[in-house]
Amino acid sequence: MAAVGDLKEWQGGDAPSHERAAEPKDARSWQTEPAGDNPFAQITDVVVRIVETPKPPRAWYIALAISLSWLSLFAMSVGLLVWNGIGIWGNMNPIGWAWDIVNFVFWVGIGHAGTLISAILFLLRQNWRTAINRAAEAMTIFAVICALMFPALHIGRPWLPYWMLPIPNQMDMWPQFRSPLDWDVFAVSTYFTVSLTFWFMGLIPDFATIRDRAPTNTRRFVYGLLAMGWRGSSRQWHRYERAYLILAALSTPLVLSVHSVVSFDFATAQLPGWHATIFPPYFVAGAIFSGFAMVATLLIPAREFFGLKSIIELRHLELMMKIILATGTMVGYAYAMEFFIAWYSASPYEQFTFINRAFGPYAWAYWAMVSCNVIFPQLFWFKKVRTNLGAMMVICVLVNVGMWFERFVIIATSLARDFLPGAWGYFVPTIFDFTTFLGTFGLFFTLFLLFCRYLPMVATAEVKAIHPAAHGH
Amino acid sequence: MSDSGETPAVVKEPEQVHGLLAEYTTPQELIEAARRVRDAGYSRWDTFSPFPVHGIDPAMGIRRTRLPWIVFCAGLTGGSLALFFQWWTSTVDYPWIVSGKPFWSVPANIPITFEVTVLFSALTCFFSMLLLNKLPLPSHPLDRHRRFARSTDDRFFVLIQASDPKFDRRETARLLDSTSPRHVETVMEDNVTPARMPRGIVFALLIVGSAATVPFALAVLGRYSTSEQPRVHIVPDMDSQEKFKAQRKNPFFADGRSMRADVTGTVAHGELRDDDHFYVGKVNGAFAKTFPEQVEISLHTMERGREKFGIYCSPCHGADGAGQGMVHQRARALLQGTWVPPTDLHQENLLYKPVGELFDNISRGIRNMPPYARQIDTADRWAVVLYLRALQRSRSAKLEDVPESERGGLK
Repeated sequence: MAAVGDLKEWQGGDAPSHERAAEPKDARSWQTEPAGDNPFAQITDVVVRIVETPKPPRAWYIALAISLSWLSLFAMSVGLLVWNGIGIWGNMNPIGWAWDIVNFVFWVGIGHAGTLISAILFLLRQNWRTAINRAAEAMTIFAVICALMFPALHIGRPWLPYWMLPIPNQMDMWPQFRSPLDWDVFAVSTYFTVSLTFWFMGLIPDFATIRDRAPTNTRRFVYGLLAMGWRGSSRQWHRYERAYLILAALSTPLVLSVHSVVSFDFATAQLPGWHATIFPPYFVAGAIFSGFAMVATLLIPAREFFGLKSIIELRHLELMMKIILATGTMVGYAYAMEFFIAWYSASPYEQFTFINRAFGPYAWAYWAMVSCNVIFPQLFWFKKVRTNLGAMMVICVLVNVGMWFERFVIIATSLARDFLPGAWGYFVPTIFDFTTFLGTFGLFFTLFLLFCRYLPMVATAEVKAIHPAAHGH
Repeated sequence: MSDSGETPAVVKEPEQVHGLLAEYTTPQELIEAARRVRDAGYSRWDTFSPFPVHGIDPAMGIRRTRLPWIVFCAGLTGGSLALFFQWWTSTVDYPWIVSGKPFWSVPANIPITFEVTVLFSALTCFFSMLLLNKLPLPSHPLDRHRRFARSTDDRFFVLIQASDPKFDRRETARLLDSTSPRHVETVMEDNVTPARMPRGIVFALLIVGSAATVPFALAVLGRYSTSEQPRVHIVPDMDSQEKFKAQRKNPFFADGRSMRADVTGTVAHGELRDDDHFYVGKVNGAFAKTFPEQVEISLHTMERGREKFGIYCSPCHGADGAGQGMVHQRARALLQGTWVPPTDLHQENLLYKPVGELFDNISRGIRNMPPYARQIDTADRWAVVLYLRALQRSRSAKLEDVPESERGGLK
């Protein structure tokens, strides 16, 4: 916020703000000083004018066009997959879980940062989270949507995913509730539902703000419908804040459980390289690591384009880089600990698996993972790197590459070399593995771009509540 | 929605006062005003702010919401329901043996119990918050006040409702004026916003609603009616496969058959069966009086024969072979007139039948007894014959049949 302004200078400007907002604007106005004579109005304006602008900048259209073309690639890949079966992917014996499960774990992991920011940092009273929580939660929801695509497609008959749910049926059969794969169904679907609820609840006051500023009746109707008649009464706020606190308290163990359950898919199997008790915390740390990298990758350009630099400050990005540094170091510790336990277990299979990871046929993937996840994030010890936007972007993208490779290394190298040499194999992806994966990026970015344009990208009510002016300073 | 440009002529009854609205610029002024209104003893009033104002709850005297208790109960319900449902499905409704593990093992059911607990709590939390806040609320008298639109932007408001027992237009206005508001105005009841939904939306909802019932109606119809047509299969899965089955027509071969006959004279490995004694029970065209050499006359073979006799023969002939098996008794009980009683295997002509003929009767059937060659292996049929001989001896043995050393006790 450029000018907090002296509270005594707030007089004047009595016109209702939705009248002020009615003037046509173009995207260039995003880079100017926000309208309003007090910090609250300025916060509203800087966020809501993005939604109100008739024409977003050309960069938005270009990004949307690229995303949509990737999305259509996804649609084509899925169409072909439904028609031909999952044989179009490179999955084979012994690597029956290949890119599909790698991508599933990758996307679910990315989602975790959003919940961490919205729930855990809320409980820890980290006020800086209000600048980024809305976008991070949106990212969570979109990432989980992308993640859900893969198991749904991998079941082979994607039109029967409801068989995974306990629905009474003519066969009188129920899912196997003691299987980690069924735990996954419950964990990820609960996670999606709760994240969506939490996100929508946070949006209600902002929908009301957009409704009350709306220059056209259509916009007023649509956002009014979404706001459900929210008028910001203090009696309503009281229950709202309680509900928000409870949802945060519920989401905190939930998010920790989700990636733990995902790791159980592997940890409960007897395969060397999967059967490890360190998996749940190791997976959760990795998830937060990759998720924060993705939030930063999305927000660094978004805050530039949409003129949100006054709300999403460099300080916030720096704090995120510190979390990436911390979780990246935890992940590095887990890698080292896996080797130690392999040696300490005295199991020749375990020992072989880990030596094979580092020096076997997939050594290239292993070292790509180690350098991206352990080595490069260590540069964030230097403040110059932590506060340099270009360096941040490069390292965050590298972290995401590394975290994808981590899941690939865990899944593919363990399956490729298990107990009997007669059952060994080497995985080679097909073109459709690439197009499906790229396609989910299309889905993700399309949803995120639409979010940036049509929904308030920052939780204005929360930002106002922590502004010094709200406490009479 | 209130800005509908309609003329006041639509309003027929005189407007009623809804309350008095005061506007403030800072949250501190709002808290101060709220304290004054609270101390003045008003009960039906509220304050409005763009964000939750810290310290407004005690200033207004808002009591703690009971939301946490509702959520707690929902969580308990969800958790116990999940645990009960998993127990019921895996031990009562469909017990499913997996690797000999117990049907009920609590630790493996905890993850789902936890997730369902969280799901119930979170959804209850959200919807209870809405219901307790009386949302969704489509219209409100304050919507007509353009200044009030800034309550979600940067302004703070106090509204004292006319329905409050202490409300007095002059007194209340004086109280509000004393709190140094930026502006005070009277809020009228909303007689402008139509109480009914626009017709187009009602029609659209009606059409969509009735169309939505069609699939359900079709499903119910399909559930309770019969059809000669095969079921509609939206996704055919592997119902029709591009291959020829044994008895289907095949245009590729001259004889039009899919199944190809063996070349004449072909004998499958181990299927020559040129030993008539063993396979047919005949020696030189006549029924054999002795067992073939492949059949070992031993207690082991006899036990094998007893097992097969118990499975295939005893239902009709009875465990003792006297022809009083369960099937026979059941047929008698039902007074089946056409029932041919099973043969008493102890009758005299059977005692002297050659073993080869008994073998033949079992293999190819006799009278209304079906052939058993398909169901009982060749060696096992001989074992049954051997056991049958032992069974017959149990009733019609002569003294000479008993070994000499054992005869003493029988005399």
